[in-house]
Amino acid sequence: MVQYTKARLDASFAALSDATRRGVLEQLGRSDASITDLAEKFRMTLTGMKKHVVVLEQAGLVTTEKVGRVRTCKLGVRRLEEEAAWIGRHRRRWESRFDELDNIVEELKQKEKIDGSKKRE
Amino acid sequence: MEARRESEPAPMKNRTTVERKSEREVVVTRIFNGPARLVFEAWTKPELFRQWWVPKSMGMSLLSCELDARTGGRYRLVYGHEGSTMEFHGKYIEVTPHSRLVWTNAESENGAVTTVTFEDKGGKTLLVVHDLYPSKEAFEAEHGMEEAMGETFEQLDDLLVTLGASR
Repeated sequence: MVQYTKARLDASFAALSDATRRGVLEQLGRSDASITDLAEKFRMTLTGMKKHVVVLEQAGLVTTEKVGRVRTCKLGVRRLEEEAAWIGRHRRRWESRFDELDNIVEELKQKEKIDGSKKRE
Repeated sequence: MEARRESEPAPMKNRTTVERKSEREVVVTRIFNGPARLVFEAWTKPELFRQWWVPKSMGMSLLSCELDARTGGRYRLVYGHEGSTMEFHGKYIEVTPHSRLVWTNAESENGAVTTVTFEDKGGKTLLVVHDLYPSKEAFEAEHGMEEAMGETFEQLDDLLVTLGASR
């Protein structure tokens, strides 16, 4: 359960770590494309492109659909980016709270120090 | 007080971590440079709590803050934003001084049960905020996950622009 988010983020980042795969995503952002189209555009073998598409598919970044003999690829962003974005927003919200809380804790510490030294006087 | 703070070197900020433990749980952790006793006080005294819970960057203000931080006690917070108000309320299920707070978020049936623990670490405090939602659906409803789906493509666009620029 602890690995819930991490495993999915790992898959996504691994998929995005390759320049060709990022290029494929950019391409698919413009229009859907078959694996053959993509292989031609990136001057790769069909097998090589298939491998990249599988990685993107497993990370949930691309979905593919086979119609007849042609496999069409499209951007298939799943919940992952949404969730990563949510975690980022959630963290920033708590960070800004905690920065303020740091100040309060610091003030309480100082106050205690002053009160303490007064008592010792 | 302000002058004193400015004259001291700014200490390094401690790291905040957020983890989705499961489909209905979120855990936030942070270290504070003070004993649990004082951090706990800042969470339970309304006059302290209201100074940090809604920082300016949230774009809201805290209009009212009532905390009866005792087991079985209630709390009520009223936020103001551009002329409208929002109310949050619930009950403290457990209040164990300097170590543990548990409260409900009763403004919606999807509200989480929040558990905050304060652990003394030699003058510092490890703070853990754990939100447990009644279900995966409740979590999503509370955080607008379903509605946010439309934004996903925009986010990917942003990501690709960033990646493109760094190449």
